[in-house]
Amino acid sequence: MPPDSQPAIAQEPDLSGPNPPQPPGLAELFFAFAKMSLAGFGGVLVWARRGIVEQHRWMTAEEFNETFALCHFLPGPNIVNLSFVFGSRFAGFAGGLAAFAGLIGPPMLIAIVLAALYAHYGELETLRRILAGVACAAIGLLIAVVLRMAMPLFRKRDLAGLFMLAAVFIAIGVVRLPLQVVLLVGVPLSLSVTWFLRRREAT
Amino acid sequence: MNGIGQIWTLIWTFGLMSFFAVGGANSAIPEMHRVAVDVHHWMNDKEFADMFAISQLSPGPNVLIVTLIGYSVAGFFGALAATLAMCGPTAIFAYYVSGLLRRFSGSPWPAIIQAALVPLSIGLMGASALILALTSDLSWTAALLTIVAAALAFATKLNPFWILAAGGLLGFAGVI
Repeated sequence: MPPDSQPAIAQEPDLSGPNPPQPPGLAELFFAFAKMSLAGFGGVLVWARRGIVEQHRWMTAEEFNETFALCHFLPGPNIVNLSFVFGSRFAGFAGGLAAFAGLIGPPMLIAIVLAALYAHYGELETLRRILAGVACAAIGLLIAVVLRMAMPLFRKRDLAGLFMLAAVFIAIGVVRLPLQVVLLVGVPLSLSVTWFLRRREAT
Repeated sequence: MNGIGQIWTLIWTFGLMSFFAVGGANSAIPEMHRVAVDVHHWMNDKEFADMFAISQLSPGPNVLIVTLIGYSVAGFFGALAATLAMCGPTAIFAYYVSGLLRRFSGSPWPAIIQAALVPLSIGLMGASALILALTSDLSWTAALLTIVAAALAFATKLNPFWILAAGGLLGFAGVI
């Protein structure tokens, strides 16, 4: 499950027809999200979109993008937020919990089994070598996501955005400041710069 | 054994961290590394990189790296506590905010907030990549593998699974 955090806004709208008459029930939400999550190799987001928009037609592509955009700017794991917000649209808080449990529960159990295996066999030379190779490749995947996400900033020549990007990268990656400190300065700064620039554009 | 104390530390650490995870789990990796390796000494660099690798190999959202960290600190209940602390509070927060925002639809603020946060989250993810690379890419062949994987994933639509599998195979063959 390589990084799935690209903003989903740029995607083209799909051929979504009318929504089905019946909203999903709690069990249906749980199993649908469990299925998406377990299939979610290569990013749960792709599978969530496929399941929610194309397969079940529970949302149109626009509604999905809007919900994802909301969950992308709120703190916490995006797709987890999405599951809760999505489930609650259909069945209130309980629906949110059902979708959340489906998304997190089954893969968490798999992760626990893997963690237990690692605790027993992590010292094996063969396993160490394999994991080292996987880690190197996985870092490459992460770099690719960063590059893809940064491309629009370069294309738009968004100097303020690129500056914020570089400042956070250096503060966290090189100087190794704690996350809280960096964000308590960075978020208000970035917000006011963005707000100021938009207002100047508008006038 | 101070199991209960460890579990409270996990809950407090990840519960707080989740509210600073702007743009998702991968943005919080530097902070996880700082806390797990430098602050609490729960594991070393190599083990942290292993957990990142395992979390990328297993199905489900990326955030499950905290399940692995939690397990290594306090076993099954540690895994459960870390995962719920990292995912639960922010999901419930998102639930309330989405309810609020639906009443204010048409406001420009969500778009402004998103535009302001995107560069920060890219910077955080870049820092994640840098910190992980410094712990894992210890030989020039390892660094080369990372660069080739990045180029392949950036330029092609190859399923990431094959890139990870190829990395594992090269590691098995002792190339790294």
